[in-house]
Amino acid sequence: MTRVLRCLALAALALVVAGKAQAHPHVWVTMKSELVYGPDGSATGVRHAWTFDDMFSTFATQGLAAKEKGKFTREELAPLAEVNISSLKDFDYFTFARTNGKKAELNAPADYYLEFTDGLLTLRFTLPFKAPVKAQSLDIEVYDGTYMVDFSFAEKEPVQLVGAPQACKLAVARPGEAGAAAPGKPGEAFFNSLAPGSNFGAQFSNKISVKCP
Amino acid sequence: MSVTTLAGGRKATFLFLLLAASALLLLGTDAFAQFGVPRPQAPPPPAPDGIAGWLIAKQAEFYRMLSGTIRAAKTDGSAVWLLMGISFAYGVFHAAGPGHGKAVISSYLVANEETWKRGITLSFASALLQALVAVAVVGIAAALLGATAGTMNRAVWWIEIVSYALIAAMGARLLWVKGGAFLREWAAMRAPKSVGAAATAHGHHHHHGHDHHHHAHDRHHDHAHDHHGRDHDDHSGHSHGPTPDQLAGPGGWTRGLTAIVAVGLRPCSGAILVLVFALAQGIFWAGVAATFVMGLGTAITVAAIATLTVTATAFAGRLAATRTGYGSLTLRGIEVAAAALVLCFGVALLAGYMASERLIM
Repeated sequence: MTRVLRCLALAALALVVAGKAQAHPHVWVTMKSELVYGPDGSATGVRHAWTFDDMFSTFATQGLAAKEKGKFTREELAPLAEVNISSLKDFDYFTFARTNGKKAELNAPADYYLEFTDGLLTLRFTLPFKAPVKAQSLDIEVYDGTYMVDFSFAEKEPVQLVGAPQACKLAVARPGEAGAAAPGKPGEAFFNSLAPGSNFGAQFSNKISVKCP
Repeated sequence: MSVTTLAGGRKATFLFLLLAASALLLLGTDAFAQFGVPRPQAPPPPAPDGIAGWLIAKQAEFYRMLSGTIRAAKTDGSAVWLLMGISFAYGVFHAAGPGHGKAVISSYLVANEETWKRGITLSFASALLQALVAVAVVGIAAALLGATAGTMNRAVWWIEIVSYALIAAMGARLLWVKGGAFLREWAAMRAPKSVGAAATAHGHHHHHGHDHHHHAHDRHHDHAHDHHGRDHDDHSGHSHGPTPDQLAGPGGWTRGLTAIVAVGLRPCSGAILVLVFALAQGIFWAGVAATFVMGLGTAITVAAIATLTVTATAFAGRLAATRTGYGSLTLRGIEVAAAALVLCFGVALLAGYMASERLIM
């Protein structure tokens, strides 16, 4: 009897855990990212340009006041950008950085704005590293652990290094590609920082790796 | 005696496995991985390989086709049919994800010993309500009032809270009622003289449980599920079976209404996005049609899962009925667990622990 109940309780737990992983994306983001380096050759931040899909772009701009119908200026979109950025904070901006396998902290973006081009919204923002990063290996992953948002790199020139030392090598992995799914045992700290069962999106992650000698 | 107990244990284990399997189906097959590997911290296997990954990919595929088809429908009338087809497929696949209350509906059905027919009715009614709410929110807020996405999100947020609170309340209520029944039966079973009596009552009870829709005609309208449980309590442990009117009955809309509202109140984010997009394209009606067709697809999946759950429980019930009070106690236990599950869902949703489809806004 107790065994039955215990098993049922376990099943219930499994349901709740699994439930977290079953969402499907309602928002698609096509990204272009830049890694920005300081004059001393240390990485100072990640500059994102996220373009949302047409349905979400339409939804997000619904009812917004615009001088010209169907066109929105940066100023008209400023309140929306504010909302986006403050909401993204709860999700760590979906951007997870590691230097030599250890978690690197990112600060809240200081500069951000939204653009509206051909019916699509693009959110541009820079995430500064808490402390400039000078490391042999810098990995940045972008994904939504709840898989509500689908991130993918742009087809062309998805990632660029800005002002990086010449010797640094950039590698970009898309979801499903080798290196993206199981990036050589992710750091313990990284997974411990996530709630159990919430690392589902990591397999869909887009990974930027920079190796500097 | 010991032989019987052993066999009973096996049967109990077997019917548990059956229920667990159907319960796991409630939230998709990914649960199997979690169930088999009792270390949630470990990275799950790559999703694209699994059925869950395939489901997600399919949903995403259909969903992505929606916007293009809505655009096409603006100029090409025949694209409307394609839109309906995609919406239907999306609805069928989408219901495999969270937020469509199939887990809540199924647990509710198990806890209340409902019939599969009622399960189907509940599934369709809640899906219909869900579509109606989505159309109402976008129709009133966006189309009539020109509200922003933020305003709509806030409206949906409030609807969600009410819906989740209703689920939690429904679960708490069921747990109270079913837990009481369970404890009474437990007590009755422990008292040596009433063992036989309880067994008879519940063997009888489950016989009724299977064909109650033939003779539950008298008072079920007055017997909203509030009363159901109390009657049940009163009868548990006595030597006579329950009266028909406390069992699930046909047409008891009032009884299922809480479940329908709790589950169907929360509109699906996908539907809201489709409606707003259709509105922006100037073909709101196409979005409305797509929403209802999506609801139809969703209802079919939810109904199928609910039927599976109820059938599994009925099978378990039949097994239990052939046994003594021990088996019926097991069934009471399952009902309690199902009731607890409804409460868990409500609380987890309220606490924001479970994945809901909240948009990043």
